[in-house]
Parts: sequence; structure tokens; C-alpha cells
Amino acid sequence: MLERRRAGAYQALTLVAPGIAEAARPGQFVQVLAGDDRSFPLRRPFSIHRVEQPGAAMGTAEIVFDVVGPGTGALARLRPHDVVDVLGPLGRPFTPPDQPTGCLLVGGGYGTAPLFFLASELRARRCRVDFVVGAATADRLFNAMEARRLGHSLTVTTDDGSAGRRGLVTDPLPDLLARTGAGRVYACGPMPMLAAVSRVAADAGVPCQVAVEEQMACGTGICFSCVLPVSGPVGEPTRMARSCLEGPVFDGAAIAWTEAGYPGGPAPELEPAR
Amino acid sequence: MTVDLAVDLCGVRLKTPVLAASGCFGFGREMAGWVDLAELGGIVTKSVSLEPRRGRPTPRMAETPSGMLNAIGLQNPGVEAFCATDLRFLAEAGATVVASLVGRSPEEFGRLAARLAGEPAVALLEVNLSCPNVEHRGEVFATDPALAAEVVRTVKRASNQPVLAKLTADVTDLVAVARAAVDAGADGLTLINTLLGMAVDVGRRRPRLAAVTGGLSGPAIRPVAVRCVWQVAGALPGVPIVGAGGIVTAADAAEFLLVGATAVAVGTGNFINPRAVVEVAAGLEQYLAAQGAGSPAELPALFKAER
Repeated sequence: MLERRRAGAYQALTLVAPGIAEAARPGQFVQVLAGDDRSFPLRRPFSIHRVEQPGAAMGTAEIVFDVVGPGTGALARLRPHDVVDVLGPLGRPFTPPDQPTGCLLVGGGYGTAPLFFLASELRARRCRVDFVVGAATADRLFNAMEARRLGHSLTVTTDDGSAGRRGLVTDPLPDLLARTGAGRVYACGPMPMLAAVSRVAADAGVPCQVAVEEQMACGTGICFSCVLPVSGPVGEPTRMARSCLEGPVFDGAAIAWTEAGYPGGPAPELEPAR
Repeated sequence: MTVDLAVDLCGVRLKTPVLAASGCFGFGREMAGWVDLAELGGIVTKSVSLEPRRGRPTPRMAETPSGMLNAIGLQNPGVEAFCATDLRFLAEAGATVVASLVGRSPEEFGRLAARLAGEPAVALLEVNLSCPNVEHRGEVFATDPALAAEVVRTVKRASNQPVLAKLTADVTDLVAVARAAVDAGADGLTLINTLLGMAVDVGRRRPRLAAVTGGLSGPAIRPVAVRCVWQVAGALPGVPIVGAGGIVTAADAAEFLLVGATAVAVGTGNFINPRAVVEVAAGLEQYLAAQGAGSPAELPALFKAER
């Protein structure tokens, strides 16, 4: 561990991890074994916030997290030079468009973190990037300054109106999609938000990729905990896909949101048959 | 001292005494990027049923002190898809395959065994009599000696591979169930499956698993598992036992071998460390050398305890 810093309500860890820095693609995640207390035996998954390629210094990878339990609590007590056991990069990344295309990046809370990594890649591919970031309150926004720097535009929403416009990230989406002519939507954040973003994108006929956050034991495809119902071939019932292997990035229109417990997804007639 | 890690399990030679436990290594294929599948003692596959099973809704997993609860619900592609894809892959990878079978009736187990009898890539069968994540407690055949025996008998009649019966510690008299399984023809036993457990999210006032109850695994259950192996090995000397329950390190595995297990299986440990099966075997080699044992089979004789 190179550095730990506060980022609003969140914590950011920079890890010296040349292998991960070189191999990682935006949307992928790492599995972190937190602290020395093995009474919490499992790894914790974190999406990769950004990487620095090996150059003058060793390659690094950064993760962002919220202290919610003993695992993240242990991570928040790490000091520089502590050794952290990290597995990665894991999972399927975001797929960038083949051609330069306008992209709308939608982040909720610390779900915004991996979108900066994605924005850098999209910009390198000469895609226009517009950001919408939201959170419950102003202090739960993650690094809106960075979104402003990386994006052509930034729209901020908070549930209580303490920053940006009051409301949900989905409120400004239809207007933004129309105004920017974006051809892709990429989203990361809480599951109900991803369901709602997928619905707005589907209504507008814009392809939408979402990076999901599911409870995970292994991250390598062997425990079958992190499954989501997704559509199979047309006419077939949904199947339970492992989000660590087939995700964490999914086509928002392929997830059976209602069945997954998030009824705000694309209109039922657009949902895959059960 | 030269150490030979190889063991004989029901007439099958394993390169090491360390297997990957059922439900904790997928169908093996997922792990091909992490370990050389041919170097493992063996892979016990995720349990396979006659028809595909979709599994339980989420949340399927909850971390608990020194362990985890799961209620996956036996999600699997069914035996035909298993044979066509996973088994073929494992055979090409040179893995020693223990196929885990799960059914809703003795007859279903029998049909599964018959289907796999013609698959030379399957070295052994493990009959999952004890998965707690089923909709009817009556499917946990290993809670009843007579039912356990009936399933084993049916499988033995249909199979041509050695058969391990996987039992649960969630019974009053494990030795009675173990003896019934062996009398019915089981070539060996796998001890133990997860223990039925439950955890509650007090803030939301609801169970932490969608299925309400689930199987407890991980280091939390290791003392129970070691006790079970010790009891059954004492009561049924000569019956090969695969010890499983909370093995993360070589020292954990050594506990099971000392009390009488022929081999061990690493389960939840694979979730923490994808190279656990390999690393436990390597650590066992060092342990055996340090203890002056030439092979895992020599360990029980070195164990200092009165029966």
C-alpha cells in the first residue's frame, strides 16, 4: 500500500501492483483480503478506480471504498508500506465503442470511481464524454472535480439538493441523451439506480452497459453467489449468470431487473421472458 | 527424508491427498488459469443433477465469524451438459475427477450413476446425501441411515466407479449413518458437508440469506469436522475417509490426516486463495518431512491419542 487518503465520505487506497496496472481494463475489479483478522475470512471486491502504468515509478492501482463493516474498516486502518493481498484484475470490462461516439457516464456514490478510468480510455479513443454523477447528499459524491476535468460536461444531482439539482441521476438523463446525441450510456452505482438508468437508455434506444455490485465470496467463478438473472437466447427463460465472470459489466437490457429484485428496470415488455 | 504425497483412495491413486471440495471449485474449468488441474489430488465437481437446476435467489451468501453461510441451491447445467462440456474439458486437462451427484430420490441418484458409468474421465463418484440447501429437508438423505443406505445401494448397482458417500454432521449419531452407508456398499466417506445455519440482519429485521437458512462452512466448522472424522475412523477402521471442513492451510489438513482421513478436500479455502489446493499440498509435504513421515498414510500411526 502506497497511500491512503480520504475522498469526501470515502477512502481511496493506492496499491503498488504493476501486474494489475498493466492488465486492468475499465470496469474490472480486484478482490482484496482485508487486514490480518481472519475471523472475517473472505475477500472484498472493489472496482478499479484508476491505474498508473509502470514508468519512473512502479505501476499502481487505486480502489475507492466506503467503510461499512469490519473488512473495509481494516482497510481504512492500513498504513503506507503495509502489504495487502490483492487478486486481479478480474471480470469483464466495459466495451468501448468501435468508432468515436458520444458517451454518457452515469455514476452513483462511489460507483463513480471506475468511470474515471473508463473516461480516460474513451477520451483516448476520441469519444466525447459527458458525466452525470449523483448521491444522497453532497458529501456522498465522489470527486465531482475529477468528473468536471475529464468530461465535456458535468451534471450533478443529490437526493436532498445539497449539491447540483435535487433529484435522481435519471432525472436529467432523457434531456442529456437528446442534447448530446450520446450513442452509449455507461453506468456504475447502486442496483436500483442501474435498473433505472437501463430503463431510460432503453426508452431512448441507446445501448447501455452497467457495472453491477453483487455480493461475492470468491470473485473467480467458483462459488455461484454473485448471480444475476439475464436473458438467454430469444424465447428461452432467463439464466443465472455469475457477475464475477460474465460481469461485473453487463448489457443493461439483458438483465431481468424485476426478477433480480429491482423493479425499476426497462419496461416489462422489454424484459426477457422468465 | 523423501516424502511421497500420493495416496490410494478406494483404489484410485491420487497425486496428493488434497482435493478440491464439491461446490467450491466450480466445474474445475474456472480454475484452469490459477492452477494446473492435473497437479491436484483431485477435483470434486459441483454437484450434478439429472436436469439443470437454476439455484436459489440472491442473496445466496453471508459472511459469518470465521466462515460463511451459503444457499446456492445446487445450480448446475444438468448431467448431459456436464458430460458434454465440463467433463470433456477436465479429461483433456488431465484432472482426476470425482463427480458429485445429487438427486431428489434414490432412483434419480441411480440414473445419474448409470449415466456416468460409461465416462472413463470420472475416477470416483461422490454421492451428495447432505446438501442442506434443498427445499425439503427430506432430500437430506444422510439424516436417515435407511435412506442413506438405499441411495448408496442404488448408486452402487448402477456405477462402475468407487463411491464416496458425503454425510452431514447435523445428526445425532453420525457413526450409525456412516455404518449404514458402508454396509450398503459405499467404498468411502466424505466428512463433512456444511452445517445448517442461519444469520439475521437485525437492522433490516430479516434473514441474511434469501433462502433463510444455509450451509455454514469455513474454519468455523473445522473442529466439528475433525471430531467427525476421528469418531468415524475409530468406529469403522479401514474405511477410507475424505476429511473436509474449514481447511485453509496445510496445518488444517494435517489435523484431518492425523485423526484418520485418507485424503482431505479444501472448500471455502478456495474462495480466499484460488491456489489453496496446491499450496496446502506443498505445505503438507514439508509437514510430513518435518514429522518424519514418508507419506500421508503414515500420519495416523504417529497421532498420540487414546481411542
